[in-house]
Parts: sequence; structure tokens; C-alpha cells
Amino acid sequence: MSAVPVNQPALSTPESGVWITLVRDTKLAIRSKGELAQALAFFIIVVSLFPLAIGPEAAILKRIAAGVVWVCALLAVMLTLPRLFQSDYLDGTLEQLALSPYPLPLLCAGKMLAHWLSTGVPLALVAPVLGLQFGLEASELLVMVAGLLLGTPVLTMLGAIGAALVLGVRGGSILMALLVLPLYTPVLIFGAGAVEASIAGIDAMANLSLLAAMLLFGLVTTPFAAATAVKISLD
Amino acid sequence: MSLFKYSAPSSFYPLAGKLVPWFGVLAFLLAVGGLYLGLFVAPEDYQQGEVYRIIFIHVPSAWMGMFIYLVMAMYAVLALVYQTRLSAMMMEALAPTGMMFTALALWTGALWGKPTWGTYWAFDARMTSTLILLFLYVGYLALMNAIEDKKRADKAGALLVLVGSINVPIIYFSVKWWNTLHQGASVSLTQGNKMAATMLAGMLVMALACWMYSLAVSLCRVRAIILEREPHAAWVKHIREVQA
Repeated sequence: MSAVPVNQPALSTPESGVWITLVRDTKLAIRSKGELAQALAFFIIVVSLFPLAIGPEAAILKRIAAGVVWVCALLAVMLTLPRLFQSDYLDGTLEQLALSPYPLPLLCAGKMLAHWLSTGVPLALVAPVLGLQFGLEASELLVMVAGLLLGTPVLTMLGAIGAALVLGVRGGSILMALLVLPLYTPVLIFGAGAVEASIAGIDAMANLSLLAAMLLFGLVTTPFAAATAVKISLD
Repeated sequence: MSLFKYSAPSSFYPLAGKLVPWFGVLAFLLAVGGLYLGLFVAPEDYQQGEVYRIIFIHVPSAWMGMFIYLVMAMYAVLALVYQTRLSAMMMEALAPTGMMFTALALWTGALWGKPTWGTYWAFDARMTSTLILLFLYVGYLALMNAIEDKKRADKAGALLVLVGSINVPIIYFSVKWWNTLHQGASVSLTQGNKMAATMLAGMLVMALACWMYSLAVSLCRVRAIILEREPHAAWVKHIREVQA
């Protein structure tokens, strides 16, 4: 993993800490396309299982489409969370990052951003295809994509705290699910709610605005919480 | 003598030992009084009949489940900001009691819901957010159990509870807007209450009993945790229980 060097930028302000981990983690994500594809494949397969279990009736499928896509997106994001810190923790890179002159919250923010670009964005882009399988209309698909684009970064940010807390702990991945899933419920409610609203013919902006509010709140708080969690785990 | 003196486990241990029996006796007396008020004095409800009497345990446990999480969040701030060992130990001591009360609130709520609503469980706002509160307790205890290094477990648990406590109101309102079937609150500070005075008295006395019980049990538990964590501290060798 340490094959990608942490480049020292020419003009190094504290803010460039975001850029450093963003570039590094994005490069790593692009070079290990397999992992990227795994999360997407998981998402697609699990979503496609639901019609098989519930039956092909169009009315029921349309009714559950939003919930199914959102729960599966939530699980797909959760399964990729170890990617945020795990390998860096094991090979010591995380310790070096924590010792670097850049503020750790900004480095964590860069990691979160990279994680979202490599999971949340692809999920949001694939979701309309899956929505079509469930018979959603174009306007409803648009709301679904907007909701996923606003909601998945929140999933990444909250998940980063959980992922950092369980570093090096036995049975960490199931434990992380226990920690993170209860915190995910508001995102799930408003994300699926937005699509439901647009299916019912109500304006989905209320739900989307609440998702955006959570995103903004998370943006200013979670990097600090994740950095604290990383420090606790490195002690 | 300042209160800060008791943030040291060595001086808190004997203090907790002296307080436990008092809170225990108070809990017992209040519970006897509250149950008497609730089961014999309070009138039958004109709509729900005798079934409503489960609120004398249901409402206090729901309150305690939420209140204990708040207290844990307060200790979490102390543990993270002042790095006090005792705060984290108090969190660990409080969590099982909080989880028990949350589970009890759900359980008694289900038993009440069947005859009144006709269903054990409905995904309404308060039930769902209480269920998520239970999950938060489970997550905290699972994390504390999984991390072997106690110092790290303390800090990790404190951070988790702090993040969780910021999320509790968000979860509550999201679930509330999502679906509301639960009856409105009967006890409210702003609108006055819609209950008979004896019903209210019984419920409040039971709530106090649950509070005293929580104090007694968690102080008892924190003593055990202190001894577990610091078996080799010099002061531990001088206390009576250890010498005997």
C-alpha cells in the first residue's frame, strides 16, 4: 500500500492536508479496481435478489424500490468502510499521517472524500438502472440519485468514525456494523423518504434539504470525531 | 475539601460504598410506595381499564433509559476533555442499567400495546427511537468488550457515546416525521397533565424508585470496576474487603 508516496506539495498550507490524502487514496482506489467493482457488484446483486424473494408484481416492486435501493446502498457503503483506515493502520502509514505536520482532521476529511468518490458516487450512478428494474419513472430516478449523492457522503463520514474506532480489534467488521448502523437510520429515512415522496407526487425537496443539512453538519463535525477516533486507536 | 477530590478512584471507592445502602433502601421504600399508589390507590382508567397500570413501570423505565444515556454522554465529555479515569468507569457502570431499562420499556410497551392497540409492535416514532437507543447501548457495550486495552476502550466508548448522543435527537425527529401512531404525551410541562393526580403521583414515585435503583446498582458496579482496573494500587491493599 505504501507504494504511493505521500508527495510534499510545493505550497504546503495546512489545508493541503485534505488534498494529500484525497489524491493518495483515490490513486490507490483506481489501482485496485477489483475492490471498487466488488462493492458495486454486491449492490447490484443484492438489489436484484429482492424481486426474486418478493415476486414480480410491478405495484409491490415500485412500492419497495426506494427502501431496497437505500438499504442495499447502506450495506454496500458499510462493507467498504474498512478500506478507509485498515490497510494504512496495518502497514504503519496511518501513524505516519498522524505524525505529519498536517492537521489530522483534514487528512481524515481527504480520506473520507476519496472513499465517497470511490463508493458513494458509483453507487449513485448505478442506482437509476436498478430503479428502472423496479419500474420507477425518470423524475423519481432523478430524486433517488440526488438523494444518494447527498446521503452517501454522510454514510461515509459517520462510518469513518466507526471504522477508526475498531482498528485492530478482533471481529472488527461485525462490531463496526453494530456501531454504525443505528447512526445511519436518519439518512435512510430521509433518503428513502425523498423517493417515496416523489412517487406519491409530493415535493421531495423537504427530504433532500434535510439530507443536505445532515451533510453540512457532518462536514464540519465528523472529521474531528474521526481524527479523535484515529488518535485513540493509535495510542 | 472540594468535590474534585472524589474524581480519584481511591477516594470515590469508599464514598460509593457508603452511598450504596442508602440509595438501595430508598429505592426499595419508594418502589413499595409507588406500587401501592399505582396498584391500589390510583383509579381505573375510564378508557383502558386495568391495563394502563403497566405505565407505572413502563414510563419510568423509558425515562431512565434516555436519562442514563444523557448522563453517560456527560461523563463522556468529562472523560474525553479531562481524561478522568473515573468518568469512563462510571459510563461502563451505567450502561448495563440503561440498557436494561430501555429493554424493559420496549417489553412493557409491547405487553401494553397488545390489548390497547391490538398489536405488540408498531413502527411508530417513540418505539422505533427507543429501539435504536437500545442498539446504541448494545454497540457501546460490544465495543467495550471487544477492545482489550482498557484505556483505549474507555476513550473509544466515550467518543462513541458522544457521537451517539448528538445523533439521538436527529434520530428522534427523523423517526417522528417518518411515522407517528403513538399517542401524544400525557405528561407535559407546558400543557399541564391529563392524568388523575394519584396516577401521576404513583408514576413519579416509581420514577424516583427507578432512579435510586440505578444509582445504587451503578455505584455498586463501579466499585467492582475500580477494583478490577486497579488491583495493584497501593490504596486497594488497605481496604477492608480486600484484606479480609
